[in-house]
Amino acid sequence: MTIETAAPQAPPQTPPPRRPRRRRGNQVQDTRVDRVFMVGVYILLCTFLLVVLVPLLNIVASSFSSPAAVSSGRVLLWPVEFSLVGYEAVLSNKAILTGFGNSLFYAGVGTLVSVALTVMIAYPLSRSELVGRKVLIGGVLFTMLFSGGLIPTYMVVRALGLLDTRWAIILPSAIAAWQVLIAMTFFRTSIPGELYEAAQLDGTSDLRFLWSVVLPLSKPLLAVIALMYGIGQWNSYFSALIYLRSEDLYPLQLVLRDLLIVNNTGGTNLADQLAAQQMADLMKFSLIVVSTVPVLLVYPFVARHFTKGVMLGSVKG
Amino acid sequence: MTALSAQRTAALRRKARRRSVRRHWQLYLLLVLPVAYFVIFQYIPMANNVIAFKDYSVVEGIWGSPWAGFDHFERFFANPVAWDLIRNTLVLSLYGFLAGFPIPIILALALNEVRARFFKRTVQMVTYAPHFISTVIVVSMLILIFSPRIGFMSDFLGFFGMSSNLLADPDAFRSVYVWSDVWQTAGYSAIIYMAALAGIDPSLYEAARLDGASRLRKIWHVDLPGIAPTVVVVMVLSVGSIMAIGFEKAFLLQNPLNLSTSEIIATYTYKIGLLNADFSLATAVGLFNSVINLILLLAVNTVSKRVTGNGLW
Repeated sequence: MTIETAAPQAPPQTPPPRRPRRRRGNQVQDTRVDRVFMVGVYILLCTFLLVVLVPLLNIVASSFSSPAAVSSGRVLLWPVEFSLVGYEAVLSNKAILTGFGNSLFYAGVGTLVSVALTVMIAYPLSRSELVGRKVLIGGVLFTMLFSGGLIPTYMVVRALGLLDTRWAIILPSAIAAWQVLIAMTFFRTSIPGELYEAAQLDGTSDLRFLWSVVLPLSKPLLAVIALMYGIGQWNSYFSALIYLRSEDLYPLQLVLRDLLIVNNTGGTNLADQLAAQQMADLMKFSLIVVSTVPVLLVYPFVARHFTKGVMLGSVKG
Repeated sequence: MTALSAQRTAALRRKARRRSVRRHWQLYLLLVLPVAYFVIFQYIPMANNVIAFKDYSVVEGIWGSPWAGFDHFERFFANPVAWDLIRNTLVLSLYGFLAGFPIPIILALALNEVRARFFKRTVQMVTYAPHFISTVIVVSMLILIFSPRIGFMSDFLGFFGMSSNLLADPDAFRSVYVWSDVWQTAGYSAIIYMAALAGIDPSLYEAARLDGASRLRKIWHVDLPGIAPTVVVVMVLSVGSIMAIGFEKAFLLQNPLNLSTSEIIATYTYKIGLLNADFSLATAVGLFNSVINLILLLAVNTVSKRVTGNGLW
């Protein structure tokens, strides 16, 4: 009611220069109710932002603090008694370095294998003349609904003699059905049909067309699925936990689990114990930062692509 | 005559298909390795589930081992632990669904109202980030942050008079699990709704504006109906995976003190299968879990198609 009474009075009150006020997009002119509502929206979003940010900042701040400050819980959002000893300890730990190297290997080789296999299945499936296409797509989709399970898969890996080898980390999870869907949708919708017709007239073979036309046009897609596979591989510990026995093959995440969660620290004698405990506490924070840095380094560059990837996946529904 | 011509077209089609296969043999060549992957690492394991109905022994192999019928399933349900496991699994996922499902939608709707580009991008960048942190790291962060000695959160909780060692408390396990999940995934899960919101016809907003709709009414009458199909699909997927709650995080958050709520079917399968090497029992439990899950998914999809007209397929 207040709005109705305000509306007819508005024109005489508004001075002429205010008229050409620019409005962007579908912006709605805010009434008082709307302004209150927007304050609520901003409060909500800021709360959310803080809830996500504070734990992260606490970890980073702690990792740059002194062992004593961390151990007594004095760090909140800014380093206390700035020091780098946590990082020195992490970077001189042999198990961590080995794990880091192994994870780089698994993420690198695993991503190459996964992307290659995904393109090899997604491209043919995107071509309508493929005989048996529906059956094959059904076969891929069914693995999203029903999986063999832990022990049955373990038995296959064991039967192939892959236990305790690097291949056990890379092969069993080489293709994700979801990525096949994303790639297939991309090939079907983003590669213009005219290109294919022209290539057919020229007598270009399918492989040649895939290699020199489709793949160069699919760089955004390749970036998305490579990063999804790469980050997935970098972050996983489960296959290493069940398939690996030798510690020199352990990926970083499994080393982290031993150091951070299973927690096998301890001083050799009583005098060392306090210092060892403090150092162990600090090391955990530095370790978290060090192991997350590779992912966070690529993250800003790929966030945009990831958004695209999620949307590509959602097109299919 | 129609039968004859039908026969002829069928023959022609077969011939054309043969010619197409010969012409595009390279496409089929590409498929060899990926199909081999799906057969070896997806479909053979499914077939291996047959050991759930056998007394598997390594010496006799999968097919040589004697049949056991439903013995292993009976053995599992005869164990009082079974119902605890099923309850733990269901309660944990339902709680996770109730907390994790609405929050990304609210976040997306709120972000969609914001016009300040910098603020919007900052919130998006920051809230997506935890999605890329590994489970091991998230659990380590929880352990450190809630540590009574080191963590800043335990002081915070102590201030509200709550238990100071949350991770050893079986009553707190579910909340720790679920809310850390929300912390990690809400921002990323909001992307799909942001995409749906971006796809809403601008003329609807124009119409709402002409009608003098407030922002709240616009959300209710334009935004929500606009994202409803997406919401349904996400809901079907999450209800359908209610029994498929992951091993990774529950296993890492487990300790002897919180086992009464943190032991779920997935972690139990791992323990009896790989640590106790009782392959048949573990497979039976896993199979039970997968089948229930598949039935749930199919049921939810059917119901959703009847009620809302939207489904996965």
